[in-house]
Amino acid sequence: MLTDGSFLVHHFLSFYLRAGCKVCFVALLQSFSHYNIVAQKLGVSLTAAKERGQLIFLEGLKSCLDLLFGEKEQSGQPSPLQFLSEGASDLKALFDFVRMSLTPAGSDSWKGPVLLVDDLSVLLSLGAAPVAVLDFIHYCRVVVCSQLKGNIVVLVHSNEDSEDEENELVVNSLCHHSDLILWVEGLATGFCKDVHGQIKIIRRVSLELTAEKDLVQVYQYKIQDKNVTFFARGLSAAVL
Amino acid sequence: MSEICCFKGHDLKFYWTINWVVILLGIFLLALTLLLFIFPKNKENQRCVVKIQVGDLSNKKEKIPTVLVFTEEDKYGLYSNLLFKYFLAEGVVCGHELFVASAKEHPDNILKELPAPLLDDTYRNELGEEATAVKSEDFQDSMKIAWRYQNLPKMEASPTSTKFGHYYDVSKTMPPELFQSINWHSFYLPEELSLQPKMKTCNMNSAYTRLLQSIQRIIYQEGFDGSDPQKKQKNILRIGIQSLGSMLWGDDICSSDTPEDIHSLTKFLYVLRALLRKSLSACIITVPAHLIQNKAIMERVTNLSDMVVGLESFIGSERETNPLYKDYHGLVHVHQIPRLNSLICDVSDTKDLAFRLKRKLFTIERLHLPPDLSDTVSRTSKQDLAESAKLLSSGCGAMAIGKKHLDF
Repeated sequence: MLTDGSFLVHHFLSFYLRAGCKVCFVALLQSFSHYNIVAQKLGVSLTAAKERGQLIFLEGLKSCLDLLFGEKEQSGQPSPLQFLSEGASDLKALFDFVRMSLTPAGSDSWKGPVLLVDDLSVLLSLGAAPVAVLDFIHYCRVVVCSQLKGNIVVLVHSNEDSEDEENELVVNSLCHHSDLILWVEGLATGFCKDVHGQIKIIRRVSLELTAEKDLVQVYQYKIQDKNVTFFARGLSAAVL
Repeated sequence: MSEICCFKGHDLKFYWTINWVVILLGIFLLALTLLLFIFPKNKENQRCVVKIQVGDLSNKKEKIPTVLVFTEEDKYGLYSNLLFKYFLAEGVVCGHELFVASAKEHPDNILKELPAPLLDDTYRNELGEEATAVKSEDFQDSMKIAWRYQNLPKMEASPTSTKFGHYYDVSKTMPPELFQSINWHSFYLPEELSLQPKMKTCNMNSAYTRLLQSIQRIIYQEGFDGSDPQKKQKNILRIGIQSLGSMLWGDDICSSDTPEDIHSLTKFLYVLRALLRKSLSACIITVPAHLIQNKAIMERVTNLSDMVVGLESFIGSERETNPLYKDYHGLVHVHQIPRLNSLICDVSDTKDLAFRLKRKLFTIERLHLPPDLSDTVSRTSKQDLAESAKLLSSGCGAMAIGKKHLDF
């Protein structure tokens, strides 16, 4: 079963919106309506969040079309996906978009900013160099995490025996720099109807210079229509 | 290297004080399932017939576009071509609009070879005869050994109505009258090369650029993206692109280990995905994946598609003569299923699928291995059979001890 961690993206989106954070969501793979429909099942309305300025949604698919087929030049800011048309190798326009969205305006009363990206591997498919992608994340970290005291959540795809070296490079680098890794994978024993996969939660305590090892917790999960249930390994409801 | 800064994140009410959170996606496991496709027909043989049907428009306000990618892993392109034509034939029967793009065969010729649909009653009669014949035989059979399974529900009986998709007869071609009522558009690359692309090229292969422009023009002109509010009757555009990525499209990913531009195909797919999401359309693409040397490209293509299915035919491989697979012509590998508008996806129980092409029908079935009646403990593949045969003949009464056998 192709295991996909996209359910975590939906979770984080609704989690941060409910917590009252200002969220900048760079959605590269799916359309707005997809996220909206799922978020409604989880109890959050993305349209309402957008209207009150809490959610800034970059729909990658739509911007791409505007950039390539749009007849008029958009006045003011360049498209965040500028790197597509110019063949420019950096993602500066995308970073500028993120920075402007999350820099608090005077009237904002939201709690800490959050950058959510789904999914970073797509940037590589679109021609961005791995170094450019890592630079983009680094710049975002500087602004969002240290300057604005916010959080960043990034989704990447990876295969066990992947031959996509660029992707593996990005994934490894992100792993090294992150404070928390949620690693979603399929069961080693194959497909199971009641257990959709396994999630490894790795808390990078080792980054805190206290000579402790990373904390690793493993749970299995089952995705339902409006919810995901987690349980300890081997204790799925079907077994008990 | 980078310094390790500890910066505590913003304190939230909740239990995490995380500064920098990364989610990693997991492992790609080959699994076999089909969404939209499985439709069990005959319970005795546990056969499933492929129905290619785009979702129901009536209830949904949102558009349901999908990008289907069939990896043309069967080397000679026979079966993937067949599925390609099934997709288009279904469009004709449902009254959808078609857009056929190809670099090697003129779309007019492709459309002339679509399989003929089977009318409800003739097919049902055929099915009905088969089913009743089998039923009468084992009606009185009750299970003796596995009697606990007697009361388990059997698989669904043959369909009484063909509301979901249609059946096709591959031995006949579709009558031209059926084409009269539908609109169709074609894109034959050799004819389009003379026109200049108007859109920004974004460093993409020019053939792909032209194709995207053509698709975008059709979507806009015919109002599939809802841009024409006067068009009340909503229809679906079925796009079929044949052998994308092959050399005929000007791409060298199939012919070289280090292609010049590895991003053209993935950029094309991304823009196509954007076009499909914006409009009422569905697309099938066949790709000669076995020719693409750089596997990273196929991984990226898989991530960018909603559904990926690979066909592995037995022609020319050792499996053709393997007695285990004698009923089938190839295997179906499902690499990805769509997960749109919901957290979960519709996963079926079937993971091992195989296909076979009979005189009239192309069917996809659950891979059903015959009972293992051999002397050895484990099921043997052809090589082991040959080995054990050699051993048996060499000594009288010698046990067939192959490398994989464990006899206690």
